[in-house]
Amino acid sequence: MQQMKAAPEIMSETSIKPASVWDYANPTRFLGLVDRILPAFVMLTIVSMAIGLWMAFSAPEDYQQGATVLIMFLHVPAAWLAMMVYTIMSVSALGTLVWRHPLADVSLRAAAPLGAAFTFLALITGSLWGKPMWGTWWVWDARLTSVLVLFIIYMGLIALSKAIEEPSVAARALAIITLVGFINIPIIKFSVDWWNTLHQPASVSRFDRPAMDVAFLYPLLVMALAYTLLFFTLHLMGMRNEILRRRIRSMKMQTARQAEGS
Amino acid sequence: MIALLVRELRLAVRAGGGALTGVLFFLAVVSVVPFGVGPDLNLLARIGPAMLWIGALLAMLLGLERLFQADREDGSLQLLLMSDYPLELVVLVKCLAHWLATGLPLIVATPIFGLMMNMEPALILAVIATLFAGTPAITFVGAVGAAVTVSLARGGLLIAILVLPLVVPVLIFGVTAAYGAVEDPAPFLPPFLLLCALTLFFSVLGPFAAAAMLRHAAD
Repeated sequence: MQQMKAAPEIMSETSIKPASVWDYANPTRFLGLVDRILPAFVMLTIVSMAIGLWMAFSAPEDYQQGATVLIMFLHVPAAWLAMMVYTIMSVSALGTLVWRHPLADVSLRAAAPLGAAFTFLALITGSLWGKPMWGTWWVWDARLTSVLVLFIIYMGLIALSKAIEEPSVAARALAIITLVGFINIPIIKFSVDWWNTLHQPASVSRFDRPAMDVAFLYPLLVMALAYTLLFFTLHLMGMRNEILRRRIRSMKMQTARQAEGS
Repeated sequence: MIALLVRELRLAVRAGGGALTGVLFFLAVVSVVPFGVGPDLNLLARIGPAMLWIGALLAMLLGLERLFQADREDGSLQLLLMSDYPLELVVLVKCLAHWLATGLPLIVATPIFGLMMNMEPALILAVIATLFAGTPAITFVGAVGAAVTVSLARGGLLIAILVLPLVVPVLIFGVTAAYGAVEDPAPFLPPFLLLCALTLFFSVLGPFAAAAMLRHAAD
């Protein structure tokens, strides 16, 4: 509890210094930062999500796909986020293994369920989109299969994080498996280029210019921004919860030890 | 290192016939297939290579749990950690021994199961060749899973969940190469070489990742 009281002074100190990742190695300082920036993140997420949805719904109907093109605004950002979250988790894994940053493991743990949720959303919306467009809910093509594999990897990571009690061992195990599983990310990204499949190739992140009309591109980009903000908001909240959960755990252990001693 | 290899092999052969269990499991998987899809011999011949590969994959996963756990329980893992040899090399040797004890018997048993699936001799040969090139990769990836779950009481299922996504490419290229050997338009060599490349890649990645984990788990 004394740590909590000391927090304001530490916070004011860090607000003067230029911030580095190591300044926030102290969980209390990190919690202070989260408390300060979280409201802004929540606001930005709500605003951008509202604008994105409004733009998406006022976008013209596609001449081929009709109203189902709306699914794209939910599907594509979710798929991007599914890959981005895994990349962030891999960077966190490096943070655990190489730099031993104390919050890297917290970040990895908090991101795993979010990544799984975005992957699930991408799979479900893709399936709903595939039914009217391709005439089938699911095909075993390279992109779909590799995203499904990504989902299984997320699930395996979550199962692993629940299975190992000792936090430091769990952190190591999670980091190693995350890094090994990172092989899948380039496979997903380039699966549509390497194999001829039903899933269409990338139409936004191309070198020349996007193969998409601005009427669809701008809502899509705003939605992507909204999804990203949503992820960071939830990620910060998840990290805060994880830190608090660990404190509760150590407090419980302390009281148990004291009860044993008396 | 040779001594370690011999020790591992002896343990694998003596401790309840680990090799035989794998082959029996393989037999169980292969013989369940006709019950599931029906005894149509033409159909069985067509899906045969895929079934043999899946059976071999599952049988390989079966024994992985014990790869480091037994050593941890009797304390020999500590001795291996303290030995002068780099831990990566120790893990590599253990993987090789594990493959010799479980993977090789599966490959030896493959012709019999291939005949049960009504496959042509050429196709059986192709499956044997691809299994020979591909199953070491399963062991190497599995070593990472085994190292990660070494301290868990019941890590077997978790290993399967963690390892399966990573061995999917091995399965894909293995089965593609096996079919490519007999079907005319499909090429044999490109998927087979990719399979070899996967095995070589995992033979580096697996021991390093597993050793990094074991070092920490021992602290």
